[in-house]
Amino acid sequence: MASKLVRHSHLRALSFSINNYIRSPHFSTPNRAPLSYRLFSNASSSSSSSARPDKSTGGFQRASSLKDLELTKFASIAETWWDSEGPFKPLHVMNPTRLAFIRSTLCQHFSKDPNSARPFEGLKIVDVGCGGGILSEPLARMGATVTGVDAVEKNIKIAHIHADLDPVTSTIEYCCTTAEKLVEEDRKFDVVIALEVIEHVANPAEFCKSLAALTVPDGATIISTINRSMRSYATAIVAAEYLLHWLPKGTHEWSSFLTPEELVLILQRANITVREMAGFVYNPLTGRWSLSDDISVNFIAFGTKNCQ
Amino acid sequence: MQLTMFCTRVIARKLYVNVSRLKVRHKHFCTDAATRVSGSNCGQPSPEHKETHDLSNNIQHYDIAIVGGGMVGMALACSLASMPLTKHLNVAIIDSNPALGSRPYFNKEDPPDPRVSTVTPATISFFKDVGAWQYIEQHRHAYFDKMQVWDYTGLGYTRYNAQDINKEVLGCVVENKVLHGSLLSCIENTDFQKTIYPSKLSSMTLPPSPSSLGMDSTSSRPPLSSQRHLAKLELSDGNSLYTKLVVGADGGKSRVRELAGFKTTGWNYSQNAIICTVEHTVENGCAWQRFLPAGPIALLPMGDNFSNIVWTMNPKESTNRKLMNEDEFVKDVNNALDYGYGPHPTSSLFGSGEMFSWPRAGVTLSANDCFEVPPKVVKLASERMVFPLSLRHASDYVSKHVVLIGDAAHTVHPLAGQGVNMGFGDAFALSRVIAEGIAVGSDIGEVTVLKKYEAERKPANIMMMGILDGFQKAYSVDFGPLNILRAAALHGAHFISPLKRSIISYASGEQKLPLFT
Repeated sequence: MASKLVRHSHLRALSFSINNYIRSPHFSTPNRAPLSYRLFSNASSSSSSSARPDKSTGGFQRASSLKDLELTKFASIAETWWDSEGPFKPLHVMNPTRLAFIRSTLCQHFSKDPNSARPFEGLKIVDVGCGGGILSEPLARMGATVTGVDAVEKNIKIAHIHADLDPVTSTIEYCCTTAEKLVEEDRKFDVVIALEVIEHVANPAEFCKSLAALTVPDGATIISTINRSMRSYATAIVAAEYLLHWLPKGTHEWSSFLTPEELVLILQRANITVREMAGFVYNPLTGRWSLSDDISVNFIAFGTKNCQ
Repeated sequence: MQLTMFCTRVIARKLYVNVSRLKVRHKHFCTDAATRVSGSNCGQPSPEHKETHDLSNNIQHYDIAIVGGGMVGMALACSLASMPLTKHLNVAIIDSNPALGSRPYFNKEDPPDPRVSTVTPATISFFKDVGAWQYIEQHRHAYFDKMQVWDYTGLGYTRYNAQDINKEVLGCVVENKVLHGSLLSCIENTDFQKTIYPSKLSSMTLPPSPSSLGMDSTSSRPPLSSQRHLAKLELSDGNSLYTKLVVGADGGKSRVRELAGFKTTGWNYSQNAIICTVEHTVENGCAWQRFLPAGPIALLPMGDNFSNIVWTMNPKESTNRKLMNEDEFVKDVNNALDYGYGPHPTSSLFGSGEMFSWPRAGVTLSANDCFEVPPKVVKLASERMVFPLSLRHASDYVSKHVVLIGDAAHTVHPLAGQGVNMGFGDAFALSRVIAEGIAVGSDIGEVTVLKKYEAERKPANIMMMGILDGFQKAYSVDFGPLNILRAAALHGAHFISPLKRSIISYASGEQKLPLFT
């Protein structure tokens, strides 16, 4: 029973972002596979018609330039993204655990005071695949100068409206763009974070190279994803797609998941050395996630860029 | 940047002082507002009205507004001030009690105030952690390391010793004003940014959910949007303030709970408690509790030759005992603690373990202790105060931007002096949850952050309330067979070490859930 619950929750973790797009009426554009909202590679940006950044401003869209009707619509979507009791609840519940990993690794690497309320003061961080800004906002509250990028224009608008509510988070720079385009613009960051993105990317090796190119020498890169294990096959593919129909068949391609060893290898080739790795496990009794050394399903890796 | 912020704050604070001088005119505005916004989720006032009403800049913004600066509210403030991750928070404390504004001063010669609390070792270590216990040690307080519980039927008794749970003390009896004063002194000696509003909460406007944020004229966005994630509090003296988080520490009749629309369940016991200070000829070093047909009487050591009485009885009796002359009352008390209502528990019935032949290996040290009679009361040393007893529990402790602590969340029967300890437990848990939230960059008004506090405290509080209520109910029936069962339970508890240990350590706030450990 307990193990069932654990699986169930893992599965929720895998599926939350996509699953919720399906349930959200605002997003159910019939012709678009929900998956495309999370896509992040070259391939995806060409397939997604909405992800067309405005060249002149580098894709940086002010929400105030939008029509009232649009704004109202996005605000109601933003509510879904940010409703901690709503469809995105699992993500909100998991978020502090991801941030705890990020906090401890970055404080250690950049010699920041772990007792500070704003330890990331002075760090430039990019959140690749920021969605509604669920990770970007806490990073900004922790003192970082944050850039959030997402290929989906709607996500960026939602993130923008929500961040504007609080003066501390209104400083976040949100751009509708991709990691590759940021590389073209020659942007550099102290920390590059891409959580739950790489499993949707057409060419993970190229994606890692882009992340590396955005990272300053001795800067940090943090990636989280799903392992290619029997357990993840059972939870993410068989249960989520075929038994429970939470996800459309074909949402996740198990064979494209990376094992921790593979991730370490492709990051090494991109000149990033993985220093720390942890798994996420869910306790169905407390309803909380915690970090563990069990990396068989969800895992997160922290690496630093080698100095040339 | 920092400097300008600081300047604005100073100016704003001056403005706040000026505004409070304009009390009368402001009051008018406020009554209007209070009637308009009486519910919880009322919409934001229209922008035009807001402009005139808010007098724009002099409305202060805070991270946390603590409504109620009593023991539990101040404990939260002290705890926040003591932790590195929360000490930078800008906190408002709203309470009309003038004690908050002045330095506490107690005359050692005065007899103890009858309003006392029995603080548990867990509470003592919490006070030590926040740095407030040193101030208590400067005033009157009475540690006790023994406790005797028995009942009027004479069938059972139990004695607890601090050694049973490897502690030096079972608890400490402290006057409420000393507990409160020590927390005030503690916070005065930090550089914690707190502002005290000597006023009462009149209305509360919670931010509307983002979907109902009118996507109105984008021109008026910046001033509006910066307050959209904040709760607005309006006070009875006309002041208003914005805050990310409202903490209801305003007691059993919590205004915050009412305004936020939290439901409560509970009942009145149709019982009153008389409390007073009494004097002995010798010093009392033990906490005594005897269950009588109408309710328990407790005699708690207060230091010097003083003790505190908490005596539960039906309302009619309480009126009589409050009005009767002092000598008669003292006689009644001595009677209730001695031969009144029934015999002393004697060893001839169960004592030698004939009926309860538990294996002696597990017997705790104090099992060999004999029954003792509490020291005689010779004099009444304070007025007699009467309080009705009730049990009340909020169905939720948190919602977005609002959280309840202490009696606002749960009011209990004062049976084991657990009420305020539960409140201190709340304050400690909430401050830690806030610190954890700040560590990972959470918005402290978010429900997901606050839910952790509720998840931690609710089961603990409900269990304690259940135990106390069960005790109360068990002793409110005078029926032969039940009396024997009850006595057996009491007697059994005296001899079974692990059970007894877990009862005491739970009562002393050490353990979370005895049933699951």
